[in-house]
Formats: sequence, C-alpha cells, structure tokens
Amino acid sequence: MGIYARRRLTNLLVMGLSIAATGFGLVWLILVLWTLLSEGVSALSPALFSQMTPPPGSSGGLLNAIFGSVVITLIATAIGTPTGVLAGTFLAEYSRRSRFGEVVRFINDILLSAPSIIVGLFVYVILVVPMGHFSAWAGAVALAIIVIPVVVRTTEDMLNLVPNALREAACALGAPRWRVIVTVCYRAAVQGMLTGVILAVARIAGETAPLLFTALNNQFWSTDLNAPMANLPVVIFQFAMSPYSDWQALAWGGALLITIAVLCLNIGARLLASWSTFKP
Amino acid sequence: MSLSPLATQPTVSATMAPHSAAAARPKVEIRHLDFYYGANHALKDISLLLQDKSVTAFIGPSGCGKSTLLRVLNRIYELYPGQRATGEVLVDGENILAPGLDLNLLRAKIGMVFQKPTPFPMSIRDNIAFGIRLYEKLPQSELDDRIEQALRRAALWDEVKDKLKQSGLSLSGGQQQRLCIARAIAVRPEILLLDEPASALDPISTQRIEELIDELKPDFCIAIVTHNMQQAARCSNYTAFMYLGELVEFDETETIFTHPKERRTEDYITGRFG
Repeated sequence: MGIYARRRLTNLLVMGLSIAATGFGLVWLILVLWTLLSEGVSALSPALFSQMTPPPGSSGGLLNAIFGSVVITLIATAIGTPTGVLAGTFLAEYSRRSRFGEVVRFINDILLSAPSIIVGLFVYVILVVPMGHFSAWAGAVALAIIVIPVVVRTTEDMLNLVPNALREAACALGAPRWRVIVTVCYRAAVQGMLTGVILAVARIAGETAPLLFTALNNQFWSTDLNAPMANLPVVIFQFAMSPYSDWQALAWGGALLITIAVLCLNIGARLLASWSTFKP
Repeated sequence: MSLSPLATQPTVSATMAPHSAAAARPKVEIRHLDFYYGANHALKDISLLLQDKSVTAFIGPSGCGKSTLLRVLNRIYELYPGQRATGEVLVDGENILAPGLDLNLLRAKIGMVFQKPTPFPMSIRDNIAFGIRLYEKLPQSELDDRIEQALRRAALWDEVKDKLKQSGLSLSGGQQQRLCIARAIAVRPEILLLDEPASALDPISTQRIEELIDELKPDFCIAIVTHNMQQAARCSNYTAFMYLGELVEFDETETIFTHPKERRTEDYITGRFG
C-alpha cells in the first residue's frame, strides 16, 4: 500500500471515529430533551403560570417558584455583574503582568470550578446562620458568588482581545486611562462581555445546591426577600423526589421551563456575539 | 547661527543644526537622549532639533530606534512597564521628560498616527469627536463644524460626509488612516508624530497621505518615521538617518540624499545595506 493510500485510510478512520463520537454525545442530549418534552409538555397549562405550588393531591402551579427564580437570579446578576466586570477590568487593564494579578487570576480560576454545593454551604455559614433563617437574599448572594468568576474571566479575556494599538491611539489623543477603558476598550469588547453575563445567568438559572442551603423553599406566594422564597430548582428537587404523581408532573413542567429559558439565553448570547453594532 | 537662542548651547553641535532654520527657534530639542527597553539600550545619546512648520523624516533599517524615538516624544512608551528614557526633550523650552508633567495634556498637544490604522469602534463622527470632547465642551453646531474642518483637512470629507454615522471600521485602509489623521489634528495639536503612516497602504492611498503631509506642513511640526526613502526625500525638509540606536547623520533632506557626509548614510540610501 502506497503512502498516499495509507493517509487516505487513516483520514477515513479518524473522520469516522470523530463522527461517531459526535453522534454519541448528541444522542444523549436529544434523549434528555425528548424525555423532558414528552413528560413536561402535558404539565404546561395556564395553571402552571397562575397558581401556587399545591399540597399533594390538589391542583396548582409554579407561579411562586417562577417568580422566586426570576427575582433571585436578577438580584444575583445585579450583584455579580458589576463586581465581575470591575475585577475583570482590573486584571486586564491594570495588572496584566503583576504578581498580585497572577494570584487573583489563579484564585478566580479556582472559584470558577468550585462545586456549587460548597458555595451554598459557605453562604449558609456566613449569612443564614447569623440571620437565624433562610432567605432570598442568601440565595441571591450564593448565586452571585457563582456569577462573579464567570464574568471576571470573560471580561478579562475580551479586554485582552482589544488590540493595544487602540489603547495607544486613545492615550495619544490625551485621554486619561479610565476614559480609554470606558469609551474605547469596553466598546470594543462589549459583545463578548455581555455574552459572558448571559452565559453566567444561564448557568445559575438551574443551580440547585446553593439554593437548598440559602433560599430554601416556600409553599406560598412571598415577595419578602428576608424570608425563604420558592424557586424552580428546589421545587423540582422536592417534587421530583416525592411519591405523588401530580407533584412529579409539576416537576417535569418546571424542568422544561428552566431548559427553555436556558436555551433562549444561549441563543440570545449567540445572536449577540454575531450581531454587530456597526454594520459596514 | 548667532541669531539662534540655542546656538550657544554646547550640548547641540553646530553640525546638528540645519543651516537654513538657524534663525527659527526649534519646536523640539532633544538633548542626550538615551532609551532602554529593560536592559536593552535602544537609543544612544541622541541630540537633534525639530523645526516648527516643517517635516523631519527619520530613516534607517528596522530596529534602529526611529519608532522608539517617536514614542519618546509623547511619552506613549510609559504605557508599558520596564521602558525608560533619560536625557532631555525640550518642547517649547519645557523638558517633557521631567517627572510630574501631566501626560494627558502633553499628549493632547502632540498628536500621533500609527502604522496600522486605529479607528475606534464607533461612528466616523464619534471617532473625531472623541478627542475634541476630552478637553473642550462645545455646543453641538460648533462640534459639527470642528469635525467637518478636521475631515476636510484630512481630505476625507467628500468621501464620508454622507455616512458620518457609520462605523469608522467600515472605511477602507487608506480612508481609516486619513480618519486617524483627522482625529489627531481635530484636537489642534502643535506637533504631529507619524509612525510609518503609509506603510500598510496601497500606492494611491500612500500618495494621498503624502499630499496631506505637504498640506499640513505650514501649520505643524511634523516628525515622520518611514521605511520608504523616496517618501522621506519627497515630503520632508530634514532627514535623520539612524542606525543601531544612534543618530548617524542629520541634515536638510536634500543634503542627506545628495551629499551625505557619513559613509553609512550613503551606503543605506544607495541600498548597499538595510
């Protein structure tokens, strides 16, 4: 067999393996989505969006949990985004080569991959125990701690992609450093930074472990941030583990809702990344 | 020479001062400038004068320090740690290497255009307005006037007047570079530093940039770094030849290109090395 024929054969073999591996991964994803759809669609009803989580055996919906999830996620994003953006800016613009920057970057990377249950336990110890009760605030703080390292990382990466020539050009006009960062660097990096925030939100939308120790759950409608608040992940966890079939159906509905929301956020992030403010 | 207030300075040798400009006070006076990238001694004891309302070209092979010299003049090198300059650079008699100097004000007075066009990711209009807004608060109509003026001076107005709201990135390379020149002159600097402004452009765009330099000459003190010797010969009044971090020869452009005193200068401009 000639050298060229052998290369063709190797190419065919490796391509075949690659396609098989891709197919293997996709099959599970499709099965998950299919199960979710077939079990969850039947639970989708107006009641799901208009009634509270019921006691077993009676009808109800997930309104309080949906509301809680939205509120807790929003607060977590509101805390985590500015913190993450500022820290990422510090790393990319002010301490690119300093020892301190290296240390911060390393710690942030550890935080990025920290198991979320540890974050939950941490917030339980520093907030829930001193306050004496579970609360939506504690849940939001726990989720914010998950948002921060993601936003720090994407902000830093995106700012690092901004060419130094652009910074020099702005500085050469006599612009102070902060103005260069805010008006030139951020503008050049804003799409990537927003994509990072959206992906962080998508990540916390389904986090259960940190909320189990912090926001816990609430069977009733509550807007009190100082009290336990219902949220989709914990409701799903509780209802899916229960022996009651109506609760299980609601859990499927909630799971489908979260999946759709995360899917929409991811599509939004994609669109944003490809969408350009300045069309030629 | 006796008319020049600087002729008595022992630090600048008489051969360094171009003859015809002896009567005018130089805009920039570089005295015994040394520059270091960390331990690398990149500029060695450079002394020369830049005259106002004229173009001074810096030529020399890659890595000879000509761009570095330009980057000292607005202290842009200070954006990076480990780079330092010693000696004196007097702009209108004031040493700009002195500590405590306001760098932003200095840079507003000294415009710079880089090798690669660097339009900001914003509209053509905002690209120009960016620099103006830094130090002046103008009413809308006046700002628009200033933007038009700058674009006209950079010979770009006719091409962009109908699309000022479009991105600066949508322009061609040559147009982007003229946008950068417009942006630099919009803040009304006194000195313009051009770091190989045409080396990334096609011949026609290059010609336009050279014409532009000629038009700007009466109003600015222009320093241009170029790899292109014809360009230096065409558009400059004075030429400095640098080699390995040293200033080999500095004179009127015509003299440099017709009767260079130094052997190395002659070898370089006749293409024997470099």
